[in-house]
Amino acid sequence: MPEGIHTLQEFMLRTKGVVYILAFAYLAGFIAFWRFLNQGKKRY
Amino acid sequence: MSEEAVAVAKHEKRSWLTPFNVVMGIILLLGLILTIRRFTGGLGSVTNLDDTSPWGIWVGFDLYCGVALAAGGYVTAASVELFGLKKFHAAVRPAILTGFLGYSLVGFALLYDVGRPWRLPYPFVVSQGVTSVMFEVGACVALYLTVLFLEFSPAALEWLGLKRLRNVLVKMTIGLTIMGVVLSTLHQSSLGAMMLIVPSKLHPLWYSPFIPIFFFISSIVAGLSMVVFEATLSHKYFSDKMDEEHAASRDVVALGFGKAASMVLIGYFAIKVFGVALGNHWDLLFTGWGAWFLVEMLGFVALPAFLFAVGTRDRNVKLIRATALLSVLGIVLNRLNVTLIAFNWTLPLHEKYIPNIQEIGVSVFVVACGIIAFRFIVTRMPIFYEHPDYKEAH
Repeated sequence: MPEGIHTLQEFMLRTKGVVYILAFAYLAGFIAFWRFLNQGKKRY
Repeated sequence: MSEEAVAVAKHEKRSWLTPFNVVMGIILLLGLILTIRRFTGGLGSVTNLDDTSPWGIWVGFDLYCGVALAAGGYVTAASVELFGLKKFHAAVRPAILTGFLGYSLVGFALLYDVGRPWRLPYPFVVSQGVTSVMFEVGACVALYLTVLFLEFSPAALEWLGLKRLRNVLVKMTIGLTIMGVVLSTLHQSSLGAMMLIVPSKLHPLWYSPFIPIFFFISSIVAGLSMVVFEATLSHKYFSDKMDEEHAASRDVVALGFGKAASMVLIGYFAIKVFGVALGNHWDLLFTGWGAWFLVEMLGFVALPAFLFAVGTRDRNVKLIRATALLSVLGIVLNRLNVTLIAFNWTLPLHEKYIPNIQEIGVSVFVVACGIIAFRFIVTRMPIFYEHPDYKEAH
């Protein structure tokens, strides 16, 4: 069990919190990916 | 017989001895021998399967990879018939044919893998077992195979000249496509759901409560990549069978499907990372299994996503085609990891299942049957061209 995690409540809070942060990072990253995808010679 | 006639006869005789025919002939011969061994001596005579590993390469490769790689049928049909992307129309028939043959071979391979193959219809007529995920997979695969047969039938009926029946089936296209998408969504994810029963056997980096979603999303990637890969091979070996529309659509399909694949792959990569985060398995990434997981994730998911994006951005069709192969290999690697490599991961190597050479031989035989059937159909039926009688039908 990772440090500071003793109960299921703490485990869920930690892991879900990390996933929320990752999900927001993904959404921001996807905008950059979309711009990269469509910056070519001619938009397809 | 004149000299000329003898020369023609000799040429005709030689023409059968092409490298393709020789290789396929040898594979078929060995496959028939293995088939006799399998059905006379039982599973133990040709496989390394046992009670610890009752599922081997016939499930991991023939079924799991076969179903994923046959997803091009529903992906392409949905793009064209449901989303109205008619510019990909030329890709529909080859994709449906690939899907139909893929699913047929899954059923064919199951006859070898199931201990008592004559009981395959039992879930429908004897004991339904509707609470089992496997019932759902079996029912959907059987129904979807029927749907694919009906979707493929117009090409065969045009070849046979049965216009009336062909027209009836063409009118059913939208309904069949919807059925295909529904059934594929169900069973592609259910193949992953079957792994929910083995949380202690499958390595935690591959096991996740979200594995059905992983399987469904990756099947879309498999379908898109497989259509591009199949088109590359078809243009190399069957270009003489293609009409102008089909030949011209080659790059359009590659660019469109490459772009879609890059977006789906980047989403797939993200949800796989979410899976690791939800299990709090970050520490496992620094183990040997973690390194192997990273090879799959970075080399066969993130890299193809990036290369598809670069190929689409620069309109580099060659890069997209090469990436399609990488992506297909990635899906195969994922399915083999889940079903074989990372399965029973706690067992020492000498107790782990390693496929027998004869099992691999049967899998090669099954793939060879598919290639021969594909070649037989595309050289006779209007797959890569519009039948002259129906040119205005689309």
